[in-house]
Amino acid sequence: MAANVAQVVASEPSNRNGYRSFRLGRFELSRDEYFVTVHWPAKGAKRSHQMPADAFLRACMRDVAWNFFYGWVNFDHVIGTRNHYGKVDFYAGTFNGTLKEAGVDYLEQFDADHIMATFKAMLRDWVNEGFGPFAAPVETGTAYGPKQGDNIAAIERIRIATRRMPGLPGDSPLRDDMPVNRAFADVPQDEPEIHAEPGFEGQLHAFSLFKYLSRSDVTWNPSVTAVCKASLACPTTEEFILPVFHGNDRVEWFIQLSDEIVWDVGDKNTGAPRARVTMKAGDVAAMPADIRHQGYSTKRSMLYVWENVTPGLPQRYESGELSPYPVDF
Amino acid sequence: MQVHTVFGSITDYTKGTIELVSGEARHYVFSNVFEVAAKSRPYERVVVARNMEYVQEVMRADGVSPWFACGHDEFALCMDGEITVDFIRMKVPPSADKNGAVLLGDAPEGARMGHVKLKRGHQVLLGAGNAYRFTATRLGVLMQQTVLGDLSVQKWREICFT
Repeated sequence: MAANVAQVVASEPSNRNGYRSFRLGRFELSRDEYFVTVHWPAKGAKRSHQMPADAFLRACMRDVAWNFFYGWVNFDHVIGTRNHYGKVDFYAGTFNGTLKEAGVDYLEQFDADHIMATFKAMLRDWVNEGFGPFAAPVETGTAYGPKQGDNIAAIERIRIATRRMPGLPGDSPLRDDMPVNRAFADVPQDEPEIHAEPGFEGQLHAFSLFKYLSRSDVTWNPSVTAVCKASLACPTTEEFILPVFHGNDRVEWFIQLSDEIVWDVGDKNTGAPRARVTMKAGDVAAMPADIRHQGYSTKRSMLYVWENVTPGLPQRYESGELSPYPVDF
Repeated sequence: MQVHTVFGSITDYTKGTIELVSGEARHYVFSNVFEVAAKSRPYERVVVARNMEYVQEVMRADGVSPWFACGHDEFALCMDGEITVDFIRMKVPPSADKNGAVLLGDAPEGARMGHVKLKRGHQVLLGAGNAYRFTATRLGVLMQQTVLGDLSVQKWREICFT
């Protein structure tokens, strides 16, 4: 890999508000007291788009933490990324029906290392002291204002990788040393009883998943808790709004474990609304491969996200070999 | 302010809704695990989610189950009730390339490994090659992460919004 692949192009800090601006290919990204502004070229002119700084930083934080995730991560109805697993597209308007039709959209592909380094540098510079882009709004301070300190700890989280199941020897840890979130104060904290016969000590394994989730210190961040070949259980705790509109390059499933989430579902390519799906405890729903979705959760809730990481799926959905709908009945 | 986390149970659940703008409700393959368990036979493995060969199965935990075994890891999550899981280390485990769970006889050959007691929200590893059996001390619901197999029951029209 070339040494300059990950080189970040950043300006000196602005005299006016203290923030740096960044260049990503032909995109320019900057922030001020309230907004992040993105510029790109189209039809021989300079185009622009603005997002509130808090919304942009929450979205960018997820994209970084998920390593660009699966498929499309729309920061809003205009800008976002598409993961090609090694290469990543950054786009403006390409998956907005109106902007695309007008020809004012722009997409550029980058080496994943380069766009990741740039996004991380933006987060380090643009996240102020006291603002946690992983937290729900009532749990953190403001993203607004001129540059003031930083919150490196909040953005440099290490992604937990689980090989089989948390708590097994050599696998990811349980969360006994993390506090119970205030919104899950009533969730029982007792663990399953494990009674192994002599000679089988340590060979039976169980833990309280609901206790584990009640101690999650972040929102909207699927983490693996069970691995059955390419089938990954990725439950997470949700509060406020999913900071991105996720368009998957494969089918995924949601199982609501507690409380309630409403999902806004739109066309993956144009963003046109298709449905609002309300899920309550025990509900199971597929998210087809041709939609994008964004969830709303008033109370912090437990959601079981279920993924299939079989290699080559995006091509099989894109070619039409696989239906976007997982079950025909 | 008092916090109230809402969980479902086989006797107390509320199913959600789909407000359609375009397309079809059946494309979301929408069901509720408690409703499925309430209408199933004891320990019937009803598929509620399928992603190619991978599945999530829901079981009504009611009395004592048959002995099951599997050639690969499975996981069970207790969604309601109190369930004891007994384990046997099988002398002749199912082949690792056999997908999904299989039924064993009344007394599978092998050493007793012990048991695990689950309550709501508890997840247990059903390790590859171990036989397992559920005993519900009261009516409950289990969700299993596994692969489509001989025992998987698909009845989508009965359980999903259409």
